[in-house]
Amino acid sequence: MNTSRQIGSKVLYFLLTLLALLVIYAPIAWLFLASISTRADLLATPPRWIPEHPTLKNYLDILVPGTAVSEVARTFKITLGNSLLVALTTTVISLVIGSLAAYALARLRLPFRNTVFFGVLSVRMIPEISLVIPLYIIAARLSILNKPIVLILTYLSFALPFTIWMLTTFFETVPEELEDAALIDGSSRLNTLFRVVIPVAAPGIISTALFTFLLAWDEFFFALIFTSTVAAKTVPVAIAEFTGRYAVDITAMMTGGILAALPPVLLALIFQRFIVSGLSAGAVKG
Amino acid sequence: MRAVSRLVFVVVLLALVVMSAAGCASPQQASGPKVVKVLAMQQAGPTPEEMNAIVAKFNQSSPNVKVEIEYVSYDALHDKIVTAMATNPPSYDVVLVDDIWYAEFVKNGYLWDVTDKIDQNTKQEVFSTAWDITSVNGRIYGMPWLLDQKYFYYNTEILEKAGVDVPQTWEDLIEASRKIKEMGLVEYPIVWSWAQAEAAICDFVALLYGNGGTFVDSNGNPAFNNEKGVQVVEWMVKTVDEGLSNPASISYVEEDVRNVFSQGKAAFALNWLYMYDLAALNPDESQVVGKVGLGLVPAFKGSGVPSATINGSMGFSVIDKSPNREEAWEYVKFLTSEPIQKEYSAHLLPVWSGNYEGQALEELKSLNESNPVTVPAFSAQIVYAHVRPKVPFYPEFSKALQLALQEALTKQKSPAQALNDAAAKWNELATK
Amino acid sequence: MSIPAVKPNAMTLTQQRLRDGFWLILPGLLVIFGITLFPIIYTFVLSFTETPISNPAPQGFVGFRNYLYFLSNPVFWAAIRRTLYFTVVSVGAELILGMGLALLIHARPFGWQFLRTSLIIPWAIPTIVNGAMWRWIYNADYGALNGLLYQLGIIDRYRAWLSEPVTAMNLVIVADIWHSVPFIALILQAALATIPRELEEAAAVDGANVWQRFWKIRFPLLQPAILVALVIRTVEAFRVFDIIYVITQGGPAFGTVTISYLTYLESFSYGRLGGGAALSFLISAFTLIMALLYIRLLYREDLR
Repeated sequence: MNTSRQIGSKVLYFLLTLLALLVIYAPIAWLFLASISTRADLLATPPRWIPEHPTLKNYLDILVPGTAVSEVARTFKITLGNSLLVALTTTVISLVIGSLAAYALARLRLPFRNTVFFGVLSVRMIPEISLVIPLYIIAARLSILNKPIVLILTYLSFALPFTIWMLTTFFETVPEELEDAALIDGSSRLNTLFRVVIPVAAPGIISTALFTFLLAWDEFFFALIFTSTVAAKTVPVAIAEFTGRYAVDITAMMTGGILAALPPVLLALIFQRFIVSGLSAGAVKG
Repeated sequence: MRAVSRLVFVVVLLALVVMSAAGCASPQQASGPKVVKVLAMQQAGPTPEEMNAIVAKFNQSSPNVKVEIEYVSYDALHDKIVTAMATNPPSYDVVLVDDIWYAEFVKNGYLWDVTDKIDQNTKQEVFSTAWDITSVNGRIYGMPWLLDQKYFYYNTEILEKAGVDVPQTWEDLIEASRKIKEMGLVEYPIVWSWAQAEAAICDFVALLYGNGGTFVDSNGNPAFNNEKGVQVVEWMVKTVDEGLSNPASISYVEEDVRNVFSQGKAAFALNWLYMYDLAALNPDESQVVGKVGLGLVPAFKGSGVPSATINGSMGFSVIDKSPNREEAWEYVKFLTSEPIQKEYSAHLLPVWSGNYEGQALEELKSLNESNPVTVPAFSAQIVYAHVRPKVPFYPEFSKALQLALQEALTKQKSPAQALNDAAAKWNELATK
Repeated sequence: MSIPAVKPNAMTLTQQRLRDGFWLILPGLLVIFGITLFPIIYTFVLSFTETPISNPAPQGFVGFRNYLYFLSNPVFWAAIRRTLYFTVVSVGAELILGMGLALLIHARPFGWQFLRTSLIIPWAIPTIVNGAMWRWIYNADYGALNGLLYQLGIIDRYRAWLSEPVTAMNLVIVADIWHSVPFIALILQAALATIPRELEEAAAVDGANVWQRFWKIRFPLLQPAILVALVIRTVEAFRVFDIIYVITQGGPAFGTVTISYLTYLESFSYGRLGGGAALSFLISAFTLIMALLYIRLLYREDLR
């Protein structure tokens, strides 16, 4: 390959990279700019790409609310807390229960492995809308509506099939010899799981945890129907509430959006190594 | 396989356990004060603090009843009410209902018929057009609470510069608009909310009744597609063609109208009450502060009415199958009672006509900055406010009519054709 | 030190495995089915009835009428068409763009690490934030899309994108693509990274050009990863609901009513639980068939 061709393709790839980055960051930048704009800046035609009077007022309204601010903004922080509680609990429980099942499916060469595997995945085929009403009725009867537990239980039923599937795949990548060595040394199955398999499959477990957290953090419709006050309201519901009967509080909504996106994005960025390694194991194994 | 069948057995067992727990659990309290749960809306009338204060007052005065109140956004309100009906007892005892849902809810049996619980005095003192909101087929299913209608807004500065009076008829308004446009004061003098949304129907209702038309005839058959209705839509199209109505109106809803008007880019607009505070008094939101006038919505000459507008209010209703419906009704009465409404009328105009006369009127007007203008405008306009048809299939029909209006405005169909198609959809839904 | 003794009445190894497996899987199955089994059965029963939401105990048995009603209803088929359109366009574009991004990152141009890290952000943003953000971008009067196109001279006047059925659907798809491409790109990139360099170098030495190297070497080895990504995304795309709810609420003129949204309308807006239930099972049937087809393909690949 001659050098000019090499340089040519290097330049081309770099330009493509820039293009990709532009497409990725442009909408986010717009979102961010809206959150630091005043309403007057937002409503300019043609749009002011940089706000004339950038302000942090929108953030203050949500983070340190005064009295002249909407109810939604004032309670936003609480909904962030609720989301965090629900997502973390769902993730932790899901990982624990899921690991047990995944280990069995991956290692024990059970005759009913495939049945269980696909049975559990097929539960995800039902559109979630149809489960809302019956679950609502049950939750009402058990008096758990508008409490975080109802969301945790519901999300667990969605997340577990996914968790089990991913973890099974990751556990299958752990070399059997490691386990066999431990078993021969007298360790029980459970012990082996915790001392040997999990540490080795740790990257995959972390990426599964991340996926589960995102799934729970993201969920909107069930949260909308099952919660009604700050006792359990989560962040997606709060964002939807910036829409009034006629007016939409755009600056507040965009600000809320940035705040709502921060935890999952930060977590994803911190653990990105694991996302990649997790995906690669999953991709190779299928 | 033994193991598989064992698994299945245990799982089914648990599912049954959950079912029976759900079946046997009775969330109803055995003793203590009766709980009345209220579902209200955010950004509706009084602030949540004020609403909570009203609840506290009621709880104090009624030791056997405990009212709890929750707030959701308008978009979620309908779905929350509908879902709440799925449980026994229902999740809410009192709900805030939008005008256009009353027919649907009554048909499905959600709401308690309170016609006989309303005394004569109340019946007479509350505006008669307010009862239109909560009445279906002659029976009353709730107390009107949040009265809202579209008002006629005009830019006083533009009118002054053009040397025109405030128009009383649509014909006069056209004349004024032509002059304003000729003088180059505004490119499009009139702005509407004709997007393919409920907003377009609201404007259509105002214009239709302003032409002496009605939505349905005395037999309940569609009348909006008769010559009066067609004339109205033809008029709408013509104003856009002539460049008097802002062509972007075809995709505008109320917020867009507010934005355009607040930037001084329109001389005339129809909108709900909420626009007044923001456009006339709030310099952060508007460039036409101090230049906003409120008038009676015009009507067409020869229509026989001085004005006509859309009545888009909300009422509080009691759920029929609530176990505490008597107590719930007591709360509704309390919430909508004259003293309470008077106390919080800085944010919510009362439904009692007595508040708009004499001394009470003066007190009402002085409560906040906008009341001196909005209060007289309200009481003058409310008697000419018309509701949309109270049929249970209204949501589905509304979509068809929205489409028809849009098709006529974008010239995909003639006004007559579009309206007739909508009427055909009405007939189809009515006979289902 | 204890030497594990053989107990006289010990279970066979197989029995031990089965017993262990049973107890390990049980909690997971209990949670999943304990929560969803009753609702699924309830919905199934409901689908043969005409039950209103105000009295949701199954009543008014009508047999297959609900199913037949939808299968013969143009509204249903329009929703299926729209959903298929959404799925095919969405997943297709994501696959192509994802593949492109994966190849780009794999070529390790200047800044590739930053690109890979940046890809995570659109994917991690919650769906509702994504929806609200794009809705504002598409705003008819103040949105960035109108502003940009106008300033570039591509349009001469602002358009209400979300008020026109065709553009509305396509723009929702764009929002979904932006959100979901990273997932596919990252999976494919990870898979690309596992292809032994020697294979690629050998091919280059043998004179294969870029195209040939892609189709003959990379693509076949990537097939398992592509199929995994396809299955996941297709099933998700077919069931799309949240983003429609946030951006267009099924409008304009039903232009973005997908099959899940139709189920929502049937159950919540019209209060017909029986109809909604029947729709749910029709959707599940479609989705299940699709997933099974894919998995068949997947496992046949694996065995090869």
